[in-house]
Amino acid sequence: MTTTSEHVQEADTLSRRSGNRLVALVGRVRELGLLVVLLLIIVVVGVQVPEFLTLSNMVQILLSISILAIVAIGETLVILTRNVDLSVGSIVGFAAFVAANLFKQNPGTSLLLGILVGCALGLVLGVINGLIVTWGRVPAIVATLGTLYAYRGLEFLYAGGNQVSASDVPDSFLSLATAPFLGIPLLIWFAAVLALVFGYWLRASRTGRQLYAIGSNPDAARLAGIRSGLLVFGVFAISGLLSGFAGVLWGARFATVDATAASGLELQVIAAVVVGGVNIFGGSGEILGAMLGALVLGTIDNSLSFLRVSQFWLQAIDGAAILIAVTLDAFIKRWVQRLLITRRQR
Amino acid sequence: MKLLRKQLSAWSWEALLVVLLLLTIVLGNSLSPYFLTPFNFSLMVEGLVEIAIMSLSMTLIIIAGEIDLSVASVLGLASVMMGITWNAGIPLWLDIIIALAVGSLAGLVNGLLVTRLGLPSLVVTLGTLALYRGLAFVILGSQAVSDFPSAYTNFGIGDVPGTLIPWTFVLFVLLALLFIVVLHRSWIGRQIYAIGNNKEAARFAGIRVDQVKLLLSVLSGLLSALAGIVLTARISSARADNALGFELFVVTVVLLGGINIFGGRGSLVGVILALFVIGGLRNALGLINVSGDIQNIVIGTLLVFSVLGPNIAQRIQSALSRRRLAAGSAKNV
Amino acid sequence: MTNPPEPIIELVGIAKQFGAIQALRGVDLNLYPGEVHALVGENGAGKSTLVKILAGIYRPDAGVIKIDGKVVELHNPAQARNAGIAVIHQEPTLFPDLNVAENVFMGRHPRDRFGRVDWKRMYQEVERLLASLDVRLNVYTPVQGLSVADQQLVEIAKALSLQSRVLIMDEPTAALSAHEVHELFAIAKQLRERGVAILFVSHRLEEIFELADRVTVFRDGTRVATAPIGELTTEQIIRQMVGRALETLYPKSDVEPGEVMLDVRHLTRKGVFKDVSFQVRRGEILGFAGLVGAGRTEVARVVFGIDRADAGEIRIGGKPLQIHSPKAAMRYGIAYVPEDRHQHGLIMDFSIAGNITLPVLLRQTNLLGLVNQRREREIAQDYSTQLQVRSSGIDQLVRALSGGNQQKVVLAKWLITNPTLLILDEPTRGIDVGSKAEVHRIISELARKGLAIILISSDLPEVLAMADRVLVMHEGHVAAEFTHAEVDQEKVMFAATGQVTNDHHQ
Repeated sequence: MTTTSEHVQEADTLSRRSGNRLVALVGRVRELGLLVVLLLIIVVVGVQVPEFLTLSNMVQILLSISILAIVAIGETLVILTRNVDLSVGSIVGFAAFVAANLFKQNPGTSLLLGILVGCALGLVLGVINGLIVTWGRVPAIVATLGTLYAYRGLEFLYAGGNQVSASDVPDSFLSLATAPFLGIPLLIWFAAVLALVFGYWLRASRTGRQLYAIGSNPDAARLAGIRSGLLVFGVFAISGLLSGFAGVLWGARFATVDATAASGLELQVIAAVVVGGVNIFGGSGEILGAMLGALVLGTIDNSLSFLRVSQFWLQAIDGAAILIAVTLDAFIKRWVQRLLITRRQR
Repeated sequence: MKLLRKQLSAWSWEALLVVLLLLTIVLGNSLSPYFLTPFNFSLMVEGLVEIAIMSLSMTLIIIAGEIDLSVASVLGLASVMMGITWNAGIPLWLDIIIALAVGSLAGLVNGLLVTRLGLPSLVVTLGTLALYRGLAFVILGSQAVSDFPSAYTNFGIGDVPGTLIPWTFVLFVLLALLFIVVLHRSWIGRQIYAIGNNKEAARFAGIRVDQVKLLLSVLSGLLSALAGIVLTARISSARADNALGFELFVVTVVLLGGINIFGGRGSLVGVILALFVIGGLRNALGLINVSGDIQNIVIGTLLVFSVLGPNIAQRIQSALSRRRLAAGSAKNV
Repeated sequence: MTNPPEPIIELVGIAKQFGAIQALRGVDLNLYPGEVHALVGENGAGKSTLVKILAGIYRPDAGVIKIDGKVVELHNPAQARNAGIAVIHQEPTLFPDLNVAENVFMGRHPRDRFGRVDWKRMYQEVERLLASLDVRLNVYTPVQGLSVADQQLVEIAKALSLQSRVLIMDEPTAALSAHEVHELFAIAKQLRERGVAILFVSHRLEEIFELADRVTVFRDGTRVATAPIGELTTEQIIRQMVGRALETLYPKSDVEPGEVMLDVRHLTRKGVFKDVSFQVRRGEILGFAGLVGAGRTEVARVVFGIDRADAGEIRIGGKPLQIHSPKAAMRYGIAYVPEDRHQHGLIMDFSIAGNITLPVLLRQTNLLGLVNQRREREIAQDYSTQLQVRSSGIDQLVRALSGGNQQKVVLAKWLITNPTLLILDEPTRGIDVGSKAEVHRIISELARKGLAIILISSDLPEVLAMADRVLVMHEGHVAAEFTHAEVDQEKVMFAATGQVTNDHHQ
């Protein structure tokens, strides 16, 4: 081999390596970017309105997104596998009413039983979703659109026009959300612990990694012997379970629960997940990202009242956030690809 | 025989819907003597018009392989535009034009993001769903504009003189006919099916895929705005939260009408049948005081079974034919 | 002298049929540990089918697979993997969003004593694997950022981690540069030292001579020769690959070629093909021969406006033109019948009529924009009859037709645009013999009518019989050009495999 070709080889490998490092870095950009945005908002708003920066307000923000965050965990799992669960709002509402109503009708019910009932309901509804999608081979978007309506309707049937108000339920139930543990409301603890547990599980378990494989390349996953049907069924069941639990917490937090509870939650959850960098087509994204997405949206919402911006800007800004997030993703991806190709051609 | 079966399967979805429609009529009639009255029909149809109008353009978009979740928000935005332009003293005809223009612009933005930037329409329209609804709230807040002229509101609730047919229904019928012709008989419709079926093959055949998709997005915005104008007239109120949450219902109607969520298949006739099935069911159940939300159990279940049913049927069919083949070859041994 | 080792894999009497096409007939093959066994043959000789059977993707209709002397059944890819067989397909089956290390270990991540994925050990293990192959790759990179060559290396690392004893590589060098091929071969030699049996499917004879120990030649689904590489010359191998009597195809009618229709000068597309020049006259059939990946389809795509050239000129009827899109190409009278009729050629859910009239919808459209369905069917029926499309009617869905009839529909679709230049890309691939003859008749007829035709084909007898002139491409440039009179199969194969330099100029 001549010296020239050795040089060429060396340069080729070097550029290959730095290109690889670049790509690896970009993978983490989303979470970093969200943190930066979060800090920016906090700083910008905090400078103008110092009350924004109080600890109690921070807690307020976290409280406002905790229930959404719990649901978003399940939704993230589903979306990672290249599916979607549109019925989460209905499941949350249903579980909220059933749990609250249970306490209303049977005042002596133990807290634990109430929680279990809500979770069980969520699990059953999630299992039905999973069966329709895997065994029935109905596309997830169609299946969960149908169950969105069906489950909500069932809840109305069950509720019969009644509602549960704060005076109907024992204080112990209400305190489920707000009772402080080490100074921080329980609700936030629940969300944080679940996020940590599932986030860790996604990283540390074979099964969790297989979810990524299914979403990244379903055919290759099958070739690799991954039991896609079982796993997809599983994530729908988990999504239902988490939504059920979130529903119980909803009842505890908002005290007044009727059959319309959590309507429209599904779109908010998907928004948080998408802003958090989870690819809508599956295969990439982290629980941490979804949590940050929820946090960013929640912080924006909270800051609006401090900035004396009318609450009416809320939704518009959320929408703009989603569009900006996805557009940035597309541009970054294109830029990185172009960079890699030109490096390779050199 | 095989040919006949093939012909039948081409229309089997519509045939199923016709059966469902008949069942609905029978059900409705048995539930209440008022069901089959012209007055009831008029009422039923009136409440459905906005969804019906939006489902026309949604059908085209889904056939082309995309989706538009922002339709109800554009409706709200258009309604709000009607409100503030009217309040500002602008003559009604100009208000309508402005509202339609705003809707078309909203659709254009959707379309550009999808075709120029290559973003998935599900996510884009999820974002614009929030953005447009939010803008509606920013513009009008929680107020309502209700002092519209009677000429306008009469269009919304009035019937063709001498009949019980609502004017808005006439509008829908005209639009539906136009859309049926365009989708099923015109060259644009052919291109839409081609794109939804096989985007690459369509491109190879010289079809300008991006342009068509952009056009459909603008159309969707335009029709959503039209639906907003109709709704505002009907309830005589321009509000930012008009038609809140309707988008998923429109998608449900379209899917129930036999349009494949992945594109390329389905007919508008099916969608219109589905509209009447859903409208009829809701009306019938409403007549016996089943609330709208409970009615949704039926609708949601129908949607799931509309895809689940054929899947199961197909599996039974192939299992049977496999057994027949095995029996046949066993005989030959 | 030690005893000759037992074969790891024995294939006995393997047969596989797809509809009317017999892909493999009674194939016997042995693979020994520590050998690189090359498998060669023309396109369609059955190589890919055999690979897919060994990979557990297809099940043989007849015959037996033995591993270490025991009969096994490979029902699915997982079973093949567990049996120690690793396959690197032509398209890598990796997970684009996941990094190199995870792709190697997906489903079998190493775990620590708590059952958690041991990332550190996984990265170390993969780095060790790669180092043992003398490969430097960043194991943290998502796979989608890697070049095809690197992706293949990941596949090889995967195979190693599985401790596969058999590695099958299906045309691995098609997308690689010379340097990358060299790296790949170094690794293959290492694996051979370790006792891995390697089945290496390839077209490129020079590579086979560099790497293989034994070579097997397939032809028309049968194994026609197996020998140690030293015992065969290139000529012998090629003769075995093509050595059948030329089938009687429809005799080509002699046409006096007219004026130059298409004049391509120094066409270049970076990284794909370079300095391609040729002319096609009216009434002439120009055959484009060459191996898969030689660049023929790529040239056609540029002429048809799907891709853009970086340099060079295209002249139609004497005028230099910029062809920006398929629509523009159609306007200049160019029609392109693509290789893959499923992906690019047909709308499967449309009827025959719907497909045929798709490029010219506007022609049947009246002022209102409505399609005159009666006229459309008349036109479609006309073409369908001319081309003898066998169907139950013009309204039948194209999906239901046989491959041959589907191809005729594609042809009809393009003929309806009244082209002056017709580019056919593998028009008779995957079609039964009867339909092939009919398609040839049509092509001849078209030439007689004055069309200029480019016939891209890997079917050598077809090219030899049909083409007035044959252009052979190799690795992105024109390797040779022959007239109908002087061409024969061996000369073409030689040029296609890079044995002959281009000393035939226009």
